[in-house]
Amino acid sequence: MYKYDQYDDAMVRARVEDFRDQTRRRLEGKMTDDQFKPLRLKNGLYLQLHAYMLRIAIPYGTLNSTQLRKLAHIARTYDRGYGHFTTRQNIQFHWIKLEDAPNILGELADVEMHCIQTSGESIRNISADHYAGAAADEIMDPRPWAETLRQMTTFMPEFSYLPRKFKICVIAAEEDRAAMRWHDFGLRIVKNEAGEIGFEVYPGGGMGRTPFIAYKSSDFVPQHQIFSYLQAVLRVWNRHARRDNIHKQRMKILVHELGEEEFTRQVEEEFRHILTLGTDFPQAEYDRIAAYFTPPPFETGLPEEIDRSDPDFAVWIDQQIAPHKAPGYAIVNVSLKPIGGIGGDITAEQMEVVADLAERYSFDELRVAHTQNLVLPHVRKADLYAVWQQLRDAGLADANLDLVTDIIACPGLDYCSLANARSLPVAARIAERFADPAAQHDLGELKIKISGCINACGHHHAGHIGILGVDRKGTENYQLLLGGSGAEDVSQAKITGPGFDEAGVVDAVERAVNHYRTIREPGERFIDTYRRVGMEGFKEAIYG
Amino acid sequence: MKILTGNDLKTGRVIWWDGQGWSLHVEDAADVHDDGEAILAREEAACRVNGPMFIEGERTAEGVRPAHIKDRIRALGPTVRADLTLKPADPNAGNWVI
Amino acid sequence: MADVLRFRDDAAADEPAVSLDAFLDQTNAVSVRIEAGDDVRRLAPVLDRLRLVEIDFPKFRDGRGFSSASILREMGYTGEIKATGDVLVDLIFFMRRCGFDSFAPNVPLDPADAEAALNRYPYVYQHAADAEVPIWQLRHPELANG
Repeated sequence: MYKYDQYDDAMVRARVEDFRDQTRRRLEGKMTDDQFKPLRLKNGLYLQLHAYMLRIAIPYGTLNSTQLRKLAHIARTYDRGYGHFTTRQNIQFHWIKLEDAPNILGELADVEMHCIQTSGESIRNISADHYAGAAADEIMDPRPWAETLRQMTTFMPEFSYLPRKFKICVIAAEEDRAAMRWHDFGLRIVKNEAGEIGFEVYPGGGMGRTPFIAYKSSDFVPQHQIFSYLQAVLRVWNRHARRDNIHKQRMKILVHELGEEEFTRQVEEEFRHILTLGTDFPQAEYDRIAAYFTPPPFETGLPEEIDRSDPDFAVWIDQQIAPHKAPGYAIVNVSLKPIGGIGGDITAEQMEVVADLAERYSFDELRVAHTQNLVLPHVRKADLYAVWQQLRDAGLADANLDLVTDIIACPGLDYCSLANARSLPVAARIAERFADPAAQHDLGELKIKISGCINACGHHHAGHIGILGVDRKGTENYQLLLGGSGAEDVSQAKITGPGFDEAGVVDAVERAVNHYRTIREPGERFIDTYRRVGMEGFKEAIYG
Repeated sequence: MKILTGNDLKTGRVIWWDGQGWSLHVEDAADVHDDGEAILAREEAACRVNGPMFIEGERTAEGVRPAHIKDRIRALGPTVRADLTLKPADPNAGNWVI
Repeated sequence: MADVLRFRDDAAADEPAVSLDAFLDQTNAVSVRIEAGDDVRRLAPVLDRLRLVEIDFPKFRDGRGFSSASILREMGYTGEIKATGDVLVDLIFFMRRCGFDSFAPNVPLDPADAEAALNRYPYVYQHAADAEVPIWQLRHPELANG
């Protein structure tokens, strides 16, 4: 993975001092919160319900053991012993003190981490496929591009105050494991007929109050022009987006208002102009960065067979392992969705376990998936049993990847000042209702996503089953949606009808699931059956 | 009752104006009546509170009860983690929120 | 406190700035005022008579002025670009990079704070309207003449 050189280190350190000074001025009353807020947001520091929340960047979801151990230390020293992984591959701590924040940023800099542009109206963490560098189906590892663009978009002066947040995602396979089409700027790495690398560009996606799926503005932007293209997109949006209504300032709104054709035309015009300025990074710099992402020294001649005699291990293998491009290796999915737990949360002790496993069994690398689970990307099949045992002992071995209990949920009203309703209890009750492992496997792939408010951090628009918490005259109410997807079969979920209270929505989900079970055809996932038969039958089953 | 609340600037903890100072406990919350604006302005300018706001509440047999569920969650802590709330030993504390 | 911070050696244009529409009409005007929503590219045909562009920031979070200044410099404008309005000291580093060379904010800036803000970051990651060499070029000095 990428290692900072003296320039990267100097920039992160300067940012720490910048923030230290801003915090000092705030604590001394020289700045109002109105003035301080955009500055602290640019360093990932929110004021939430119970305390400050700090969002730490995990670029394209990649971490090493040293970094994860530092996060465990931060959890213990500055927070309340745990952290929370987000739907953008970052980690959040929910009990931070403002007076500690500059020191935390300083400690993060010691392990090449930061909170730069993780919130506010910034270019946010660039996400990528969490199987990058391990999956057999990718054209190439997308992360050198994610890292290069990360650097180029850090402190971009022209885009210091964008209309709204801007989210970039890079994938390199037909399969979309990173919800790319739901981003403001999605990139799929492709090869043209001449074998040259370039990008399909998908601008204008986003969740929130008015969700949009990104459209394709270009079939092929040559690889070394992609930064110029990005600048063009950003400039068109920065200049023409509304600035009067925070709910109408995301780029997806501008794309929708101008229309795809006109937006593309303006971008192409600006792109041609920006190309003349010579701001793209050269091949030498890309090569320098790409050298950090060459495959680890995989062993050869490794055994392929896995001893399945332990039945619990066998169940876990069947669900949590994904095929690796190197013979004898496997991708391990680590569930952070235990029944009765809080999805995406991890204790400091569990972080230490995973750090040890990554260091010992996965070339010192782990990944954070946008689904709020973890990945050990390069594990020898021969080591899987040992890995599983240690995960099991740490409560990290639920075999529920992409099953009904592998729920994505935002922190919701239990933590978040933006929320209208609690999401975590709903997730917990659904998981309890469907806890039986045999029933879960019978249901198969079923992606439930829960948001506690219209900001959609729980990605409910992209859930096979989506749940949106709303405030209905001061009480929590939940809307049920069906038919969304964040994968390459991208679609937006549709609302079923009137909302429910907490107990009601859990029952409604069960009725929808039972309806699926009743009418499904062999091999059909929930989403497939829904797409085949449509909303009507499900609506009847839910509302009677 | 009209309650003045916010977060401690330095620590981010939820605080409630008790008539003379700031308390971590909603039970201590005072009714600010019509004096609230002056108190809010003074306390914010003195950096003793961040994000101050007025909320509605009532005095019940169990003590002060904020009118909105969000403020009851602020008063107690996350309903899914009793151990992180102000009443970790009380298994029914979460019911008060609802 | 300084009402205006200026980073140019030449004499300031002392004509009051007129609106964009007025400037395009008045062939002897030399100073123009650009509102956040104005299109600076309309100045392209009249750049040579332009000495001062004031770009207003109605609210510091409205970042359109950064693009306006950048575009002006890309068009080859070498006169003064002044930031007015809700300009906070934390912004001026990025404004300088975009081509602003003077600042007349609503609330005067402390020159010491401004100095500290301008010198906080030792390097830059990308090209902008200024002459700063991006980090990738420092990493590959052999490409400097390319």
